[in-house]
Amino acid sequence: MSQSYSGSGLKVNKDAASLKQLLQGGSNWNTAWLHFILSAITPVFIILVWQWAGDTNRVSGHLLPTPTAILNAFIDLSSSGVLLSEFLVSCQRAIIGVFAGVFFALILGITLGLVGILYRLIDPTMQLLRLTPSLAVAPLIILWFGFGETSKIVIIALGAFFPMYLSTLQSLREIDPKLMEVSKVLAFTPVKHLTSVLLPSAVPGILSGFRMAVAYGWLSLVVAELLGSQAGIGFLMSHAHTNAQPEVVFVGVIIFAVMGKVIDSSIALLERKLLKWRNAISG
Amino acid sequence: MSEKLLEISQLSKRFVTEKKEVIALNNVDLYVTEGEFVTVIGPSGCGKSTLLRIIAGLDKQSSGTVLLAKEPITGPGIDKGFVFQEPRLFPWLTVEKNIAADLSLKDPDVRKRVDELIKLVRLTGFEKAYPKELSGGMAQRVSIARALLRKPKILLLDEPFGALDAFTREHMQEVLLDVWRTNGTTMILVTHDIDEAVVLGNRIMILKPRPGEIKAQVTVDLPFPRKKSSQSFQEIRYKVLNEFEKIEEIAWGEAGAGI
Amino acid sequence: MRAVVSEKNNIKLPTFFGKGLKGAIGWIIPIAVLVTWQILGDLKLIKTLIFPTPLMIWDSFLWLCQNGDLLDHINGTFFRTFLGFFIGGGLGLIIGLFVGLSKICEILLNSTVQMIRMIPHISVTFLFVLWLGIGDASKIMLIAKGSFFPLYIFTFLGIRNVDNKLFEVTKILGYSRLKVVTRLILPATIPQLVLGIRQSLGIAWGSLVVAEMMGSSNGLGYLMMDARAMSDTATVFVGIILFTIFAKLTDSIVLWIEKLLLRWNTTS
Repeated sequence: MSQSYSGSGLKVNKDAASLKQLLQGGSNWNTAWLHFILSAITPVFIILVWQWAGDTNRVSGHLLPTPTAILNAFIDLSSSGVLLSEFLVSCQRAIIGVFAGVFFALILGITLGLVGILYRLIDPTMQLLRLTPSLAVAPLIILWFGFGETSKIVIIALGAFFPMYLSTLQSLREIDPKLMEVSKVLAFTPVKHLTSVLLPSAVPGILSGFRMAVAYGWLSLVVAELLGSQAGIGFLMSHAHTNAQPEVVFVGVIIFAVMGKVIDSSIALLERKLLKWRNAISG
Repeated sequence: MSEKLLEISQLSKRFVTEKKEVIALNNVDLYVTEGEFVTVIGPSGCGKSTLLRIIAGLDKQSSGTVLLAKEPITGPGIDKGFVFQEPRLFPWLTVEKNIAADLSLKDPDVRKRVDELIKLVRLTGFEKAYPKELSGGMAQRVSIARALLRKPKILLLDEPFGALDAFTREHMQEVLLDVWRTNGTTMILVTHDIDEAVVLGNRIMILKPRPGEIKAQVTVDLPFPRKKSSQSFQEIRYKVLNEFEKIEEIAWGEAGAGI
Repeated sequence: MRAVVSEKNNIKLPTFFGKGLKGAIGWIIPIAVLVTWQILGDLKLIKTLIFPTPLMIWDSFLWLCQNGDLLDHINGTFFRTFLGFFIGGGLGLIIGLFVGLSKICEILLNSTVQMIRMIPHISVTFLFVLWLGIGDASKIMLIAKGSFFPLYIFTFLGIRNVDNKLFEVTKILGYSRLKVVTRLILPATIPQLVLGIRQSLGIAWGSLVVAEMMGSSNGLGYLMMDARAMSDTATVFVGIILFTIFAKLTDSIVLWIEKLLLRWNTTS
C-alpha cells in the first residue's frame, strides 16, 4: 500500500470505529466492515436501478436485459451443458495458445538475454515487430491460417509472446551489476553464476511477465473468438447476438471477465508463494 | 533582549502500539531565549527528533505546554522554520524557485531576499539549477535558505548534516554559523555528533532515552571561530562525552547485549 | 563545477537501434529479410499471393494513395481513435483525480471501477453495437472504454504516491489546501500521468483495429478486413504497416512532450 498523504502514521487506539477514523487510515475490523459496506453501495445501487428499470419497462428488455434475465439465461445454459462445453473449448485454446507463446518467448528471451552477440543482432528486429499492435495482425493471420483453430491459437500465442519476451529479456539484462561483481570476486563458475545469481534475480521479472502474457493471451482469445469461430464462448456470444438474445451475450461477457480475474489472481498467488520462498533463502 | 522565546513545560509524548505504551518524552522542561543557538544531542531513541517535531507543530504532545513567544503551538507554520535530514526539495523547481516556494519571484521584496539568501548560503551561480544537478550539501543549503526566507521566529534543524560526509559537514557547519551570526535567528539543532554539538551554538542539551528526559546541560561560551584542536574545546567535548557514556551504560544495562 | 548527485549503473536496453556500430548491427536482419523476401518472390519460389514481396506491398500502397480512398480511411481511423481516446482518457483522468484526492470518493467508486476493468473490453463490442448501432458511435465508445482505465489507474496511483516527505514540507511552509494540490500533487503526478497517457493511447490504437473489423464502412481496419476477404494480402500488409507507423508516431509525440515537461526528472 502506498503512503497516503492524509492522516498521521500512528495507529489510533481501538475505541470508536468512526468514519473519521476510516478516513484517517486507522485500521481494525470495524473500519474494515465499514469500508466493505461503503464500497459495495455503488454496485448494489446500480444493480437495483438496473433491475427496476427493466421491470418497469423503462428500458427495453431487448437493449438491456435485467439482471434476473441474465441470471436465468446463465442457469439455462449451464444446466443444459452448453455453457460448459463452449467454456472448455475456449479454455483449451487459451492454454495451448498461451503456452506456445510463452514457450517461444522464453527460448528467445533467455538466448538473447545470455548471448550478447545474438542480442545485438536479433533484438532490434523484435523491438521493431513489437510496435505493431498485435491485434492489427489478425486479418493477416486469418488470411494465412483460415478461420480454424490454428489461426486462433496463433493470435493468442502472439498476444502472449511479446510481454513474456520483453520481461524475460529485461530481467536477464538488467541484473544488478553489484551482484555480478560479487560473483566475479567470489570466482563463481559459469554454472554457479547462472544458478545462484542470474536465475534467482531474473525470476521475479519473468514471473510478472508471465502474468502479463496470460492476461494478454486471454484478451487475444476474446478477440480471436469474436472475429469468427464455430465454438467457444465467443461463438456463443456472436450466435446470441445475431439471434437477438442479449442476455446470453451478457453471460458471455461476465464469464470472460470472471475467468480473466480468476486466472490473474491465481498467478498472483503463485507469484507471491514462489517469491516468498526465495526471499527467505536469500535473506 | 533576553526574552524567553520558547518555553516548554512538563512536555510528555506517549506512543501507543498494540503491545504497549512507549514514553518518548517524559516531563521535559526547557526554555530557549531569543538569539540563542541550542543543540540537542543524545543516543538514538532518546526522543530528540520527536521533541523537535512537536516544537515545529508536526506532531502533537500528549501532555504539557509549548509556548512560542507566549502563544501555544497549534500546528506547523512559517513562523517555525524547519530543515529536515533530507533536503526535500521539489524536484520540478529550480533552486531559486524552491527557495521562494509559493511566493512569487516577481515580487521585488521576495526577489531581493532570495538573492541575499543565495549569497549567504554560498550558492551564487546555481539559481537556475534543478535539484538533480546538486550535491547533497548544496541541496541542504537550498533547504536552509528556504526555511529562512520567511523570517521565522525560530529555526529548527533535525540532523541536517547527518547524510553528508565529514568534509562537507564541516563546511556546512561554517555556513550555518555564518547564517546565525548574520541573521541572529534563534536556532535549535538536533544531532548525534558530539563535535558538531560543541562547534555550533552556545548551549548543549543532552537527552537520555527510555523515557526521554533531559539528563544534562552544558554551556559553551567559547569564542568563534572554534578550533577543535584547542584545549578548551576538548574540555567541553570531554564533559559531553562523559555524560553520554553514563547514559549509554544505563541503556546497555537495561537492554542487555541485543542491538 | 556541477556535482552530479547519483550515478545510475543500470544497463539500459537500446531504445531504438542505437548509435554507431551497435546501431548498424541491428539493421542487418531486417534488411536481409526484406532482400531475401524480394528475391524469393521474384524467382517465384514463394507464393506471392500469400507472401507479397516488399515491392508489391509498396505498389499497393501507391495504388491506394492515388485512388484517394486511403486518405478517407486514414481520416476515419484517426477521428475515431482520437475521439475515443480523449473521451475515455479524459474521463479516466478526471475520475482518477477525484478518487486520488478524496478518500471518500475512493471508497465509493474504486471497487466499482476495478470490477468494470475486469471485463475484457473487446468482449463488450456486441453490446455496444446493440446499443449504439454499427456506426461510429459504438466504435468510439469501445475505444473510450479501453482508454479509460490506464489513465484512471495511473492518475490515481500517481496522486497516492506523492512522497509524504514533500507533503510535510508544504505543511511547514504553510501551504493552503489548494496550493498543496496545485503546487505539489499536480507537478508530482505528471510522470505517472504520462505513462498513463502512453498506455491509454496504445490501447486506443489496439481497440480501434478490432472495432473497425467488426462492421464499418471505412477506416484502416475495414480496409484490412475487406482486403482479407478478397485475398489481397498486399493491402493487408499496407494496413498493418501504416497502423504501426501511426501508433509509433503518436507514442513518440507523447514522449517528446514528456521530455519537454519533465526536464527536472532524474529518470528521464
